[in-house]
Amino acid sequence: MNYIIENFYYSVIYDNRYKFILEGLRNTCLIAFLAVILGTIIGVVIAIIRNYHENTNKLPILNYLAKVYVTVIRGTPSILQLMIIYYIIFKSVDVNIVFVGVLAFGINSGAYVAEIIRAGINSINKGQIEAGYSLGLNYSKVMRYIVFPPAIKNILPALGNEFITLVKETAVGAYIGIVELTKASDIIASRTYDYFFPLIIIAIIYLSLTIFISKLLNIMERRLKND
Amino acid sequence: MIEIKNLKKNFGEKKVLKGINLIVEKGDRIGLIGPSGCGKSTLLRCVNLLEKPTEGEIIFNNNDICKLSDLSNIRRKIGMVFQQFNLFEHLTVLDNITLAPIKLKIMDETTAKKEAIKLLKEIKLDSYANSYPKELSGGQKQRVAIVRTLIMNPDIILFDEPTSALDPEMIGEVTELISTLANNGMTMVIVSHELNFIKSFCNKVAFINDGKILEIGTSKEIFNNPKNEKLKSFLSKIKNK
Ligand SMILES: Nc1ncnc2c1ncn2[C@@H]1O[C@H](COP(=O)(O)OP(=O)(O)OP(=O)(O)O)[C@@H](O)[C@H]1O
Ligand SMILES: [Mg+2]
Repeated sequence: MNYIIENFYYSVIYDNRYKFILEGLRNTCLIAFLAVILGTIIGVVIAIIRNYHENTNKLPILNYLAKVYVTVIRGTPSILQLMIIYYIIFKSVDVNIVFVGVLAFGINSGAYVAEIIRAGINSINKGQIEAGYSLGLNYSKVMRYIVFPPAIKNILPALGNEFITLVKETAVGAYIGIVELTKASDIIASRTYDYFFPLIIIAIIYLSLTIFISKLLNIMERRLKND
Repeated sequence: MIEIKNLKKNFGEKKVLKGINLIVEKGDRIGLIGPSGCGKSTLLRCVNLLEKPTEGEIIFNNNDICKLSDLSNIRRKIGMVFQQFNLFEHLTVLDNITLAPIKLKIMDETTAKKEAIKLLKEIKLDSYANSYPKELSGGQKQRVAIVRTLIMNPDIILFDEPTSALDPEMIGEVTELISTLANNGMTMVIVSHELNFIKSFCNKVAFINDGKILEIGTSKEIFNNPKNEKLKSFLSKIKNK
């Protein structure tokens, strides 16, 4: 028993080591939150470009680039994307490493969000869209008033999953030295030579975060359904 | 009002409409009949440009609408009623009807709502104004869909099998509404397998087969005195069913 308490003391309290955990928690949340916003913006833009092209055959070059982006991002490991952005693109630039994380995870998430939104758009039956056109509404009005409102309800669960995935994915940031939760536990363990508490603590934190988010999403979903 | 000249439509290699000529005069009630897959729906969909014709002209108010780039103004003058109703599931009955006039700035919200309620009263569905489509029966949905096009004050309404998806006991309420519109002078083109309805209701009937109009005439001529062999066999097949 004493051994455990002592172990906990050295992992968390001694030398204010809990501060690493707090910093890690802050960075994990910050990166996941900003990346999901960036990813959603990118995803919406990409999905609209692709849908607009499918409907009108306009914007062929943008559509091609959007397709390449989605294929490349979904076809390579996120850790690789992170390293390419940090070690190649920002090689000789002095840049805030958390910002690099937000950028990399946002760009990564955007490709997945784009596909989720595309599926959401396609889940609205074509008849309603045609009815909208036949009343004289144009593409953007049909999208805004007929497709998006019900599509958002359909895709919310998938978007929520994407956010939860993102929270866990940020752990990859440790690899380039971002002090997020995983790196924080690593720093502590490298001082105490004991991984037990550092790892268990961050596991509990990750789990709490993801459970919290999924509860939040459940509430949002229920609200939307009752609308 | 509408003159369709040598209209052709291909889907890829497949030729669906092979040169349709048809004149729709104001007040006409034109019935389109023909075997399944002959191109009736495609013809209607070309008229309000849900499908882009491959070749030919559609003259509407002295314009060839196939050449226009802004379709909004044309489409709202050409109403369309679908077999599957196609109400906006996420909107109430009232919002279904007022969405287009409000968003196209044809009416302000108050006027649109008043107008919609007035129309709903005429079809005795005003008590459903705040219901969602899923709470309505098929016949009610179709009548709301018809009212949704009426509020746009169209010059013509295209009906694509408006009663095919309905239970038999609901067909009457929909055909009754369509008849009322016709009595008020609405121009319409109707695709239907309800030949009895077409026969009694339409002033002109066109028989389409394999992408071409093989015979067109008054409804008496088509049903009582058909000339084309394919039309004869089409009618006898239906009668013997
Ligand atoms: N978007 C499309 N792409 C490819 N082929 C199509 C498309 N729409 C219709 N077709 C084909 O065109 C032909 C005519 O179809 P259409 O729906 O106009 O027939 P219809 O006369 O309305 O038949 P029905 O009485 O069954 O409704 C059919 O062979 C159909 O398969
Ligand atoms: Mg059809």
